[in-house]
Amino acid sequence: MSDPLHVVVLVKQVPDTYSERRLREEDWTLDRDATDPVIDEIDTRGVEAGLQLVEEHGGEVTVLTMGPERATEALRKALAMGAARAVHVQDDRLAGACALQTSVALAAALRTLAPDLVITGNESTDGRTGSLPSMLAERLGVPQITSAKALRLDAATRSLSAERVHDSGVTEVTATLPAVVSVNEKTNEPRYPNFKGIMSAKKKPVSVLGLDDLEVDPARFGTGATSTTVLAGAPRPARAAGETLTDDGQGNSVATVVEHLVAGRLL
Amino acid sequence: MSQPVLVLVDHAGGALRPITAELLTAAARLGDPTAVVVGTPGTAQQLAAELGRHGASRVFAAEGPDAEAYLITPAVAALAAAAAQTQPVAVLLPSTIDGREVAGRLSARLESGLLADAVDVRLAEDGTVVAEQSVFGGEYTVHARVTVGTPIISLRTSAIEAQETAGTAEVVPVELVVDPAVSARVVAEHPEPAGDRPELTAADVVVSGGRGVGSAENFALVEALADVFGGAVGASRAAVDSGYYPSQFQVGQTGTTVSPQLYIALGVSGAIQHRAGMQTSKTIVAVNKDPDAPIFELADVGVVGDLFTIAPALTEAVRERKG
Ligand SMILES: Cc1cc2nc3c(=O)[nH]c(=O)nc-3n(C[C@H](O)[C@H](O)[C@H](O)COP(=O)(O)OP(=O)(O)OC[C@H]3O[C@@H](n4cnc5c(N)ncnc54)[C@H](O)[C@@H]3O)c2cc1C
Ligand SMILES: Cc1cc2nc3c(=O)[nH]c(=O)nc-3n(C[C@H](O)[C@H](O)[C@H](O)COP(=O)(O)OP(=O)(O)OC[C@H]3O[C@@H](n4cnc5c(N)ncnc54)[C@H](O)[C@@H]3O)c2cc1C
Repeated sequence: MSDPLHVVVLVKQVPDTYSERRLREEDWTLDRDATDPVIDEIDTRGVEAGLQLVEEHGGEVTVLTMGPERATEALRKALAMGAARAVHVQDDRLAGACALQTSVALAAALRTLAPDLVITGNESTDGRTGSLPSMLAERLGVPQITSAKALRLDAATRSLSAERVHDSGVTEVTATLPAVVSVNEKTNEPRYPNFKGIMSAKKKPVSVLGLDDLEVDPARFGTGATSTTVLAGAPRPARAAGETLTDDGQGNSVATVVEHLVAGRLL
Repeated sequence: MSQPVLVLVDHAGGALRPITAELLTAAARLGDPTAVVVGTPGTAQQLAAELGRHGASRVFAAEGPDAEAYLITPAVAALAAAAAQTQPVAVLLPSTIDGREVAGRLSARLESGLLADAVDVRLAEDGTVVAEQSVFGGEYTVHARVTVGTPIISLRTSAIEAQETAGTAEVVPVELVVDPAVSARVVAEHPEPAGDRPELTAADVVVSGGRGVGSAENFALVEALADVFGGAVGASRAAVDSGYYPSQFQVGQTGTTVSPQLYIALGVSGAIQHRAGMQTSKTIVAVNKDPDAPIFELADVGVVGDLFTIAPALTEAVRERKG
């Protein structure tokens, strides 16, 4: 490949999975104030995969997010890891967007960037639809290699191959760039940003795009135009308090455990 | 007759996967179950009787060599073609990695809303399709509906019980057109050998091991306890990442979600992300040597002690009890 590789990695800011995540009872949308927002861990693996490819083949990584103003922190984290620039799609009309609307906005932003390769996580930790990578591939009219690990790029032929891990095994797949790739959790261990990375991230360019900057039909956006609506919700009923036994080191607790299992008709 | 509901058939090696019958059962609540088989020539005919027995009245056969040569796009093409012919009330797919990706592409192609990983579906009084989802690792249950286009819903494995009917299904061919330019090509398949244990999501009993199990060899203790119950084996992410057990057995936020009758956690601390994959289990038993381990907050029966003593003793006691 004569031209340097342009990889765009999608990163999403999500509520920290280490905290108790909540939905707002008014409309059952994500309560963003309840938890600390963080870059989704899977997307740090996407950034790592992108950086490894450009380190091997030359080129640059751009990171792209769609989210409220605070989501810029997720972009900074990715810039600190080594991405060159960032694009932030931010517009009040995107609040509460469904996956379909998200894919329209992100696909439009991706068209302005014309990447050779788009990398995403296989599944976010909040929405968890696992559908965005393939929605983007469909909208961009490119192949998708999803739930991938062991990515290999043959720069001369622009051919990308990977192992795709799915529910019933592993499939070896290949596609020609441009393509969308989603990485799975076991794909790599993401690097930690070092001090130099963190300092230089502050100076890297972050461009903010609103819906009016993108070639999209504005009628598709806004909460009135979402493709899915939550009608009702309920928190999980509390579990009844259990019993805790302390074993004597010889297994004397086992008889009590068995009694419980018998009482619960589990034995 | 009621409106068709399309179901993407999950099959391998000439047999249906259990989720297919669950999807057809769910579809029957919404309308007329219509199966879509994507496979090499002859597959639909081979599966038709069983599909009929689970409620399919019609089977669309999208067959050809491309069906297995490309990733995801053949199923999308087949469903889009079937949807164009039938104007379905909904399209139901398995909430597997494949199913959700097919759902994603289809949803963009049909400009239709998608609800992922539903645990139940029903037809509301006004005739709209409502899906129940369990979000944030079971912290909330929500009821949602699609408000743009044809509802595209992926259904979690083992969430609803499959039913049998006395029906038969008629096979109808549908054209399979795959565009290689937008498709990844399959080079080789390495299917996971089906073990002797039940699938994690389908098992009534799941016994999971964590980092406390200490090694891959020691996981034999976890397996032995699972086996006396005829159960499945799970693992925490720390156990998987330490190389003790293969990644397809990971339970939790980024692994499988299970909801068995009985979940036994051995040497698992109970991190919130692990709990996200098992906290809707009916009964939870935990063995951990740390009395402050968070798993005890969730356990119906918690044992503070050494798993290397307790797991084998429990295995023995259960074996005796079962005779
Ligand atoms: C609890 C909950 C349940 C939801 N259920 C649904 C539902 O059933 N149907 C529906 O249409 N919407 C749903 N949503 C909304 C949906 O999560 C958002 O629209 C979201 O931006 C896209 O879906 P996802 O996070 O599920 O993406 P996934 O497909 O799971 O994400 C995969 C990858 O796509 C990339 N990505 C996803 N979103 C963004 C983003 N905003 N910016 C940059 N990259 C991104 C990331 O790399 C991510 O790792 C739900 C939201 C929540 C909080
Ligand atoms: C985005 C994200 C997603 C994640 N997804 C998942 C997921 O899907 N699944 C998951 O499990 N984790 C997940 N995690 C990781 C999670 O945070 C924890 O790190 C992990 O669950 C810990 O696994 P563990 O309980 O086996 O290990 P540890 O936390 O190390 O616990 C080991 C336990 O074993 C006990 N122990 C040690 N020896 C013995 C003995 N001889 N007898 C009895 N007890 C003993 C110890 O007291 C300790 O409590 C995720 C994290 C993140 C950030």
